[in-house]
Amino acid sequence: MLGIIRQKVGAGGASLLRTRSAVSALRSYSSAGKEMTVRDALNSALDEEMSADPKVFLMGEEVGEYQGAYKISKGLLEKYGPERVLDTPITEAGFTGIGVGAAYHGLRPVVEFMTFNFSMQAIDHIINSAAKSNYMSAGQISVPIVFRGPNGAAAGVGAQHSHCYASWYASCPGLKVLTPYSSEDARGLLKAAIRDPDPVVFLENELLYGESFPVSAEVLDSSFCLPIGKAKIEREGKDVTITAFSKMVGYALKAAEILAKEGISAEVINLRTIRPLDRSTINASVRKTNRLITVEEGFPQHGVGAEICTSVVEESFGYLDAPVERITGADVPMPYAANLERLAVPQVEDIVRAAKRACYRSVPMAAAA
Amino acid sequence: MANWVIRSRTIAHHLNKKMGSLGFLNLSFWNSTSNSFHSSSSTMPLGDNHGRPYAIFGDSATHFAVRRFKSTEAARESDTKYFNQDAGDQALDFPGGKVEFTSEMNFISESADKRVPCYRVLDDNGELIVSNNFVQVRKEVAIKMYSDMVTLQMMDNVFYEAQRQGRISFYLTTLGEEAINIGSAAALSADDLVLPQYREPGALLWRGFTLQEFANQCLGNKEDKGKARQMPIHYASKKHNYFAVSSPIATQLPQAVGAAYSLKMEGENACVATYIGDGGTSEGDFHAAMNFAAVLEAPIIFICRNNGWAISTPIEEQFRSDGIVVRGRAYGIRSIRVDGSDALAVLSAIRTAREMAISEQRPILVEALAYRVGHHSTSDDSTKYRSVNEIEHWKTARNPVNRFRKWIERNGWWSDKDETEHRSSVKKQLLQAIQIAEKTEKPSIEGLFSDVYDHLPSNLQEQEEQLRETIRRHPKDYPSDVPV
Repeated sequence: MLGIIRQKVGAGGASLLRTRSAVSALRSYSSAGKEMTVRDALNSALDEEMSADPKVFLMGEEVGEYQGAYKISKGLLEKYGPERVLDTPITEAGFTGIGVGAAYHGLRPVVEFMTFNFSMQAIDHIINSAAKSNYMSAGQISVPIVFRGPNGAAAGVGAQHSHCYASWYASCPGLKVLTPYSSEDARGLLKAAIRDPDPVVFLENELLYGESFPVSAEVLDSSFCLPIGKAKIEREGKDVTITAFSKMVGYALKAAEILAKEGISAEVINLRTIRPLDRSTINASVRKTNRLITVEEGFPQHGVGAEICTSVVEESFGYLDAPVERITGADVPMPYAANLERLAVPQVEDIVRAAKRACYRSVPMAAAA
Repeated sequence: MANWVIRSRTIAHHLNKKMGSLGFLNLSFWNSTSNSFHSSSSTMPLGDNHGRPYAIFGDSATHFAVRRFKSTEAARESDTKYFNQDAGDQALDFPGGKVEFTSEMNFISESADKRVPCYRVLDDNGELIVSNNFVQVRKEVAIKMYSDMVTLQMMDNVFYEAQRQGRISFYLTTLGEEAINIGSAAALSADDLVLPQYREPGALLWRGFTLQEFANQCLGNKEDKGKARQMPIHYASKKHNYFAVSSPIATQLPQAVGAAYSLKMEGENACVATYIGDGGTSEGDFHAAMNFAAVLEAPIIFICRNNGWAISTPIEEQFRSDGIVVRGRAYGIRSIRVDGSDALAVLSAIRTAREMAISEQRPILVEALAYRVGHHSTSDDSTKYRSVNEIEHWKTARNPVNRFRKWIERNGWWSDKDETEHRSSVKKQLLQAIQIAEKTEKPSIEGLFSDVYDHLPSNLQEQEEQLRETIRRHPKDYPSDVPV
């Protein structure tokens, strides 16, 4: 049964994406106007890092012969051979432990989870073997490993395939947690993650794989790298700050468009990194706009939004003109039925309404109760 | 015979194709080993050999690193491995290879008629049994083995008592398994990586970790190379190629396979030795590690200390197989069972296993049978679940240290005088080590914040400054004997 689901997850995502012509990742230095899908961005980043450093190798289910469950590792087996692209047996606990052991001895593994939902079977190795080792061994054992794969909700895959793990991993000291949105994010952050000496959890999104984004020549260069721990202001604004990561960045940008037509200028921050959170960018923005909405797909309790809200309360309380609101997924395991699923994840309208509440354009939720 | 030639050409061709993209593949080192152990394929102690590649490519000149193949090639290889062309009519093709069919319905019995025998070299009186293939040991090595076994035993007793006196918070002993600890350590080279479970400080002792260093770790002072981050007995020493002891059980097993894979990729003349107890083999990680080690053809030795008890769980409640050794075949891993109380048997088996692991790039499983004489740890009182007589019997009649002593005394390499001198010297060193460790300062608060990441992140930097500032402002609220 699981086999069927896994296959379905691979094939089903594509149909829901906006179809744009996918341009292959050519190393051309012509001026902007170049577009690249997130899939190709990840593939090219892996390719370049594996080419630059022979210690980098990829490991996971279906990454080799099958070209990757989501085709992220397409062509890599053929180019680098089975020693550097390992198809693993089905044991997340096993291959995660093996990856950590290889990293202990100095290799730089990239461990792919078919989805981060399956990382639950390996979470002991991620936390107790990887995250804490440098500290517990007083710097003798470092773990330069990257755990990557799709995270969060896809479409119509139910509760065990839709969980967002951003706050799970971001709560653990010793890990770095990255959440790319665009192709530029995907390339720059994956390269940074592979080069980083600490263990990195790299949370992708299945529905973003097929989306195309413009990429400049600088982004296409093989030395391109984005700093870990730095958020990006995707859209400047002055009335309300909206923070988001991964797929929700796209939703927040759409909401900002709608809000602009109604005279509300929203500043959209693409977090890019969840741990370490870019508290200074967030706080600087809130000190400018005085209002904050946080957006995430995951569950509300102990979520990323809760941490951001606390950071702002700790550092910029006096600047807030309205309570901080968090937009999150519903506090229920993800239902399968399409109508219920739509209700269980944030939609653009939810972000728009929350921004209006923050700007006192509509009645606060508490007063309406 | 023509079959073998054709196949070897195919493999050579396959490897040649790979050479282009894998610049670091280096075949020549397989040919020589720097060990003193006599290694000629004709005397390799392989049981029921179904014409495995080792025997075929027996001579050093054609020692290939048998790389991982794609599934169909592996199937073709196992065809020729297990039976000859004449069986063509009686065999069915399946993924994974040809299988002969039978019209007799037979279930493989859940257990063999006899238990797998265990290999031993010295009898209970320390006399050499006439045995084949055991590794000769020079006088200096034998003396070091014996004195380290005694040191280990004494360290365990002294530190256990220290815990009882409240001087350290926790301890666990290796009593009854000194021969496994020291015998295995002596069989390895300093370049081999050791991933311990937690009952193998002897391997670290053998490699040169001092009694003072053991004490510093247990007492958590600033001299501990581990910066006092870990609870007692969780030793780690990169310098000695001894990875950190980690509390979750069996996690070291897949990590060890990964480390072995790393050695393999770098073409090192070394292997990984990882330890596990009987109880630990029930963990999922054991299965994944064994399976992977076989598929990846990793140069690793799995050393299972089957000491009969997992805290209070006896082996009858742990598994129903004939110990751990029989599981090796289930994963396609060569295995052996040894008498864990016989230091020479342990040394011989593991030295041989090391040879095979490195020259053939394969995993080996060694099950060492023993008895856990001590309690599980200082948090346990084993008399609650087993008889005192049983413990006493193993402590005296089956004591591995005494057995080895008889052998070296018989060789004229050790005397009562040596014994008394050694024991009193070690006792003095141990008591001194603890005293010094207790008087040594605790680590400074800088140690609270460093090593979470490779570089100190800004938030922790801020917190450290805030902490120092607070201490500066309220000195009387901060303990005066703890360094800032």
